[in-house]
Amino acid sequence: MTVKAENISKRYFRKTGGANHFYAMNDLNLTITSGEMTVLTGRSGSGKTTLLNILSGLLAPTEGRVWIDGTDLYSLDDKALSRLRNEKIGVIPQGRSAIDTLTVMENILLPAKLYGKPFPAEAASRWMERLGIAHLKDARPAELSGGELRRMAIVRALSNSPDILLADEPTDDLDDENTAMVLSAFRAAAHAGKAVLLVTHEKDALNYADQAYQMESGKIRPLSY
Amino acid sequence: MKNFSLSVKNLTRKPGRTAALALLTAFLALAVFGGSVVVLSLRKGLNSLEARLGADIILVPDQAQSKVSFQNLFLQGTTGAFYMDASVLEKALEVEGVEKAAPQTFLASLKADCCSIKIQVIGIDPEKDFTVQPWIERSLARALGDMDVAVGCKVEADVGEIIRIYERRCKVVARLEATGTGLDTAVYCSMNTMDQLLKAAEEKGVSHRMASGDDVISAVYIKVKDGYDIDNVNSRLNSRVRKATAVRTRSMITGVSDSLAGVSRTVTILIVAVWALAFVILLLAFAMIIRERSREFAVLRLLGASRGMLSRTVLQESALCGLLGGVTGVGLSALLLFPFAQLIESALQLPYLMPDMINIVWLGLGTVLLSVIVAALSSVIAAYRLSRVDPGNALREGN
Repeated sequence: MTVKAENISKRYFRKTGGANHFYAMNDLNLTITSGEMTVLTGRSGSGKTTLLNILSGLLAPTEGRVWIDGTDLYSLDDKALSRLRNEKIGVIPQGRSAIDTLTVMENILLPAKLYGKPFPAEAASRWMERLGIAHLKDARPAELSGGELRRMAIVRALSNSPDILLADEPTDDLDDENTAMVLSAFRAAAHAGKAVLLVTHEKDALNYADQAYQMESGKIRPLSY
Repeated sequence: MKNFSLSVKNLTRKPGRTAALALLTAFLALAVFGGSVVVLSLRKGLNSLEARLGADIILVPDQAQSKVSFQNLFLQGTTGAFYMDASVLEKALEVEGVEKAAPQTFLASLKADCCSIKIQVIGIDPEKDFTVQPWIERSLARALGDMDVAVGCKVEADVGEIIRIYERRCKVVARLEATGTGLDTAVYCSMNTMDQLLKAAEEKGVSHRMASGDDVISAVYIKVKDGYDIDNVNSRLNSRVRKATAVRTRSMITGVSDSLAGVSRTVTILIVAVWALAFVILLLAFAMIIRERSREFAVLRLLGASRGMLSRTVLQESALCGLLGGVTGVGLSALLLFPFAQLIESALQLPYLMPDMINIVWLGLGTVLLSVIVAALSSVIAAYRLSRVDPGNALREGN
């Protein structure tokens, strides 16, 4: 499985002040492949989250294409793109991403439920155990700490066995012990053949990476570490 | 309906939000169902009154003050007694255009055993009568015999029971169906029985017949021949029959029709106003709720939900709120309308007859369906806007 961003640009319009538009990224190229863990670092506002949203099919680029194994992501209609995201891509967004009306377990099984697929209950239990939130399976998101919610989102992405994992600051709100636990989980996923992209400020993440990039003003460059 | 359970969970686990939305639709349902039942009851009451009167023209003595006395008698159940010579019947039959004529004789009782109030006794000629007799025949297979009475549905006497009118024992042989009018409090008997009751009343010192003589009647119900103008026949009766006034039954119930039209109009305006207001409030409520839940929907998009799925989820949730509100509204309305039907009838002072249960059930189902549709419609704009939301931005804004 290969995800390839080809000459991606994203232009936003500004309502007030200066030029009426700006580029969050310009002519960007990136390839992530199965079995590899890619780490992307950079300052806030450098365009990391925008890139992640573009790669996950949530935000159409102004120019360029995103290929997933030869399929042009943005040539698909909404239905097909949504289905592809559900089946092949596991996204861990920044901040809270739980549905408040569902329990932790229900949140984790939600991607399967959306399309009436068999529940990956066994995988969910295993990952919950590994990330230390097994005891919270019946709790509601409002009862969880920020760190527990992050881990819930990670378990949700991992349990549904996507080919591609895109994580945006997955170690935010986590202590050192849990950070190490989460990073090793992503490493294990890459070993298992998934293409993993980690957007993070966490320096330790580089120790787990196969390749790393720095993003600055909408452009990326390889990072030596 | 794959994600129907998700909609149900969203509703049941946010009970406050769900209750607020359902309450709004409950108001809609209450207004529609309640208003419709009242209007239909009034219509049925009026139809029943028209059917029971069954005549085109009624001939009454001049002193009966025509419409006023009759309207009171029929609509409010007040008692009345006025008489004219029985020969009026023959004179009426001689008038051109008169097809049928049937006499009735009225007697206001003092107080019968059965009733805590005065009741109206109406004597009919079963052979000639074409107004009350068909109703009696629905409950009684034979003609009214000597000292037999048929009672209106509001007279507290069962079939087989003996009631005393001016000390005379009368046997209840039939109970008539409800009309929603003052006729429900009347007691019907044959002319022979009426004769005996009139004599009994005179023995009690209650002189009903006054100077009219022994052979008296109170009214003649007239059916006009096909092809004749009722107004013309009415004029002919007024000019040919002395000491009696011919009144068109339609004109007697014109006041009722006008009142009914007024009530219907008011109820309709009320329903439209409530619906318009509630629809706007629902529209705003859904818009606000969707805005509040934009991150939740962005997460669903992130997990692979298509725009269509999100729209369906919103529509399902709003339709379920409509269903809940509709059922609640109809239930509340029924709780208010059915036990207090008598009170409503008294307050309106109009013929009031509840529609048949099957019609009420259909009306209830229709109201619930309407509530579901309106609730779903009011969320359509919100659902559309939601499906256009950029999930990337929504997730970013939520942080």
